[in-house]
Amino acid sequence: MIRRKVVLHFPREKVDKPIVSKLVRDYGLDFNILKASITPREEGLLVMEITGEEKDYQRGLEYLENCGVRVQPLSQDVARNEDRCTHCGACLAVCPTRALYMDSESMQVIFDREECVACELCVKVCPPRAMEIRY
Amino acid sequence: MGKTIQEINERIKSGKAVVVTAEEIIDLVREKGVEKVARRVDVITTGTFGPMCSSGALINLGHPKPRMKIHRAWLNDVPAYCGIAAVDLYLGATEMAEHDPLNEVFPGEFRYGGGHVIEDLVAGKKVRLRAESYGTDCYPLRKWEAEITIHDLPDARLFNPRNAYQNYNVAVNLSDRVLYTYMGVLRPNLGNANYCSAGQLSPLLNDPLFRTIGVGTRIFLGGGIGYVVDRGTQHNPDVPRTKSGHPKRPSGTLAVMGDLKGMSPRYLVGYSMLGYGATLAVGIGVPIPVLDEEVVEAAAVSDSDLYAPVVDYSVDYPQGTGRVLGEVSYAQLRSGEVEILGKRVPTASLSSYSRAREIACLLKEWIQSGRFLLTEPVELLPCPVRERGGGK
Repeated sequence: MIRRKVVLHFPREKVDKPIVSKLVRDYGLDFNILKASITPREEGLLVMEITGEEKDYQRGLEYLENCGVRVQPLSQDVARNEDRCTHCGACLAVCPTRALYMDSESMQVIFDREECVACELCVKVCPPRAMEIRY
Repeated sequence: MGKTIQEINERIKSGKAVVVTAEEIIDLVREKGVEKVARRVDVITTGTFGPMCSSGALINLGHPKPRMKIHRAWLNDVPAYCGIAAVDLYLGATEMAEHDPLNEVFPGEFRYGGGHVIEDLVAGKKVRLRAESYGTDCYPLRKWEAEITIHDLPDARLFNPRNAYQNYNVAVNLSDRVLYTYMGVLRPNLGNANYCSAGQLSPLLNDPLFRTIGVGTRIFLGGGIGYVVDRGTQHNPDVPRTKSGHPKRPSGTLAVMGDLKGMSPRYLVGYSMLGYGATLAVGIGVPIPVLDEEVVEAAAVSDSDLYAPVVDYSVDYPQGTGRVLGEVSYAQLRSGEVEILGKRVPTASLSSYSRAREIACLLKEWIQSGRFLLTEPVELLPCPVRERGGGK
């Protein structure tokens, strides 16, 4: 059993076709949509967590890519500009998954990308604007 | 016993001074006792790094040809105050770029303001100057546009009327809607508690009665050298204190000044507070000369001995009711969770403790290497408790 977060980029012409639902029906995968911005006649973006067997996951991804969907691991979604982060900790107030937490020794804010669900709440809350959305 | 600042400076010059940070002194006193530490240690270094809105840059542009009496001016579209001599300007940290939507779409992002211009200047980046005048016989030029860098400026000083607050509120939200404040985002129903002090490392919490810090004290300011030029605005030493004399409310403040040209963008960072405004995060480090045992005792307090008031920012703060919900220690705040009105509330800081530590360590190095000498304050800051002769 594996659990991965991915970002799916849908080309404009595929936005109005049912694609993702087949992951459940034909590939036995579960998914949880974390974020979606799909508007008709534009490129769509879907952030989701996929759960299932490794081989089904690989086949599912292949299917998506054959449909013209670009798949990207979520770790590239929210990134921290290390030069701008001052390690104040203001982001801790809004991070829902504790992907951002304070290391009690170094008193520096740790960003655990594995825990990040790309809710983007930290992006505008960060005073030096060190948290960036990267697609 | 007792040491003078002159004696301490002699030891610094000969490379023999013993310097410790305000963090290191805590364990040192626990191990060896106040008396021994007061004899051995010469200087205690402190540090803080956080948003300090009452900050700005005093700039002299130098005259263009022909000369100009500037009536209005903008740096990267951020208006500067021009109501002083011809080519002098004051650029405030919280001034927003013209045409910024502010809070029109709430909460506004406040992406670029005076604090960001100051950061860009210090980083050596090009800044766009736009100036207007009505023209006079002696100053005929009416319009001036140029790209400038800090190197082109005859004078660029950081002049901050209120910095380094001695203690500060812990902000919480008792209402049922999200609040966007200068203390960060406050989630409803005590969703989080935000604080803003370096606690045991903070300059003024290590000299609670201002026995050593005064007008003329040389300090680490924004990565360069600065001076305490006066008490800061809202300096209010008349507040409840712990037995050790440490204020339990926001209390003393410092007005500081220094040459912007020697400073660094690592310690002057433009901040954007969602739904509130732009500001500047300032790094300050103040050296405390170990004149006697009392100085050591006051500096040896740890986060568990320092208390901050918890204030509701939905009603009490904006309406100025003065109500305090309770007091929590900085040790509790730094643990990540505090108890307020019977509820466990996660904490977040706006002041960077790691960068405060970095500043205290850097100042320690400067003093140890003989690059930084202490100054004798020409006047101490007002403090009724000290003036009455009461140490504690």
